[in-house]
Amino acid sequence: MRGETIIETRGLTKVYGSQKAVSDLTFSVKEGEIFGFLGPNGSGKTTTLLMLLGLTEPTSGWARVAGFDPLRESMKVKRIIGYIPENIGFYEDMNAVENLRFIARLNGLTDKVSTGKIMDALETVGLSDEATKKVGAYSRGMRQRLGIAEIMIKEPKIAFLDEPTLGLDPEATTKNIGFIQALSKDKNITVILSSHDLKQVQKIAARIGIMLEGKMIAEGTFKDLTQEKFGVGDSRISLDDLYMKYFQEV
Amino acid sequence: MTGIGTIFRKELSDHFSSYRFTILFALIAMASLITAYMAGIGLREELAGIAKPKFVFLMLFTATGSLFSLVQFVAFFGPLIGLLLGFDSINRERSSGTLSTLVSQPIYRDSIINGKFLAGVVTISSILLSITLVVSGLGLSLIGVVPGPEEVWRIFFYLIISIVYISFWLAVSILFSILFRGVATSALATLAVWIFFSFFIPIGASVVANAVVPLDIQKQENPELLVKRIKLERGVSLISPMQLYNDSTAIVIDPTRKTTKAFVVMGPLERMSQERFQRPLELLQSVHIVIPHIITLISITFICFGLSYAIFMKQEIRSF
Repeated sequence: MRGETIIETRGLTKVYGSQKAVSDLTFSVKEGEIFGFLGPNGSGKTTTLLMLLGLTEPTSGWARVAGFDPLRESMKVKRIIGYIPENIGFYEDMNAVENLRFIARLNGLTDKVSTGKIMDALETVGLSDEATKKVGAYSRGMRQRLGIAEIMIKEPKIAFLDEPTLGLDPEATTKNIGFIQALSKDKNITVILSSHDLKQVQKIAARIGIMLEGKMIAEGTFKDLTQEKFGVGDSRISLDDLYMKYFQEV
Repeated sequence: MTGIGTIFRKELSDHFSSYRFTILFALIAMASLITAYMAGIGLREELAGIAKPKFVFLMLFTATGSLFSLVQFVAFFGPLIGLLLGFDSINRERSSGTLSTLVSQPIYRDSIINGKFLAGVVTISSILLSITLVVSGLGLSLIGVVPGPEEVWRIFFYLIISIVYISFWLAVSILFSILFRGVATSALATLAVWIFFSFFIPIGASVVANAVVPLDIQKQENPELLVKRIKLERGVSLISPMQLYNDSTAIVIDPTRKTTKAFVVMGPLERMSQERFQRPLELLQSVHIVIPHIITLISITFICFGLSYAIFMKQEIRSF
């Protein structure tokens, strides 16, 4: 069902030593949407994602992912979330198919079921020709595409994509963004997209959230936010302008 | 359950297809073949003309040819198998970014470390088993004596103790691969620990004994002091897993050895019984003597693994 809240946090806080990585974070993501998760490096985006995945224990606060508590029901949460970390890693001495099959097995798929899926996914992301090449020989862009193929095989309800376009050339970036859009549209996967590529985010994100120093300083649709800041819901204003405006104010 | 099975299978196939394993196996197979061959040739010459010697087959493992016996070889270099299989098991995954992929899949976190340890143990077992079988086969054809059931059992016990011993070193190396981020650091640390326990403890034991109970060789000393000193030296050297292993395998594989104690430390009655009753020990009696050693080996293995387990489960994911 589109439009229902699938991720919700209230007062989520994570403290490392004396440093507050995430402080009192309250936000929500609706089912089926692409949520642009913005903010400078070290603003707490990855920590937030890890807390939602149940991989990091929040210091305080409350979070629900599809109704599950990420900490107590981490298995259920991990089953419905596909996570692509910032520095996505694959087994270098295995080829693409072997890597994907390993992930599929960890998700409880039998080889019979996964074989077709793997071929389809590799076809979709344009890696069929390199399917039997060792991943060690892959370029950065190819690895990112392989990560998207991984999501397609897992078919989660939610995908966490941490900087999926980092260090890619413009063409690869556009391609990747296209795949992410397809994930959301065709498979109805809710996507949380963390990226510094504001132009691309603006293109596909339904709503955006901007984090700074562990706090969510803005959350809403692009239109609402420009309305709030510039007084016009104008498409001539780019996300870059909006982003900079927020930072000037802080 | 799917998690641990999948990881176990992958790790096992990684081990068996790695160059590291191939080189290690080739080296160990070569060394054991040579020692067994030399022992076999030596035994054949020694036994020529003797009617029906007892437990000849076991001597294949214990006879020191020109260099060392197979048992000594495994005691010294066996740990390397364990260390090499485990020293990069966690930190390599961490540095290549695959660990965060693994932990975000719907598997319990402990199945990662359990699967890895299990795959290592199975790899160690298959190396040792195949070497033992090859050596036995070579021995059969060289000395032409078929092992009796008791000898087979003794070899079996020897194998089990060796697997536990090498698994201990596997557990040590996995622990270091969790503690240290750098692959080179953990490799160095495991090597250091191995050298410390295998080479320095035996030397250190006599140094400690000498410091506590100084003895002058020139003077006739009080025999009580001598006994005290030897007991102390043995006590200290038992800190080394290698000593535990040496003691237990020596008794298990050699039925004529009845105690791990040195001759000087025995009481007069004990000494008399040793001299008078030369019959070899029964298998279970041999095992009985070294059961404390074996239990200690098993428990230090589990302590080491338990420690890795606890640290790995609690480690912050953030830094992956």
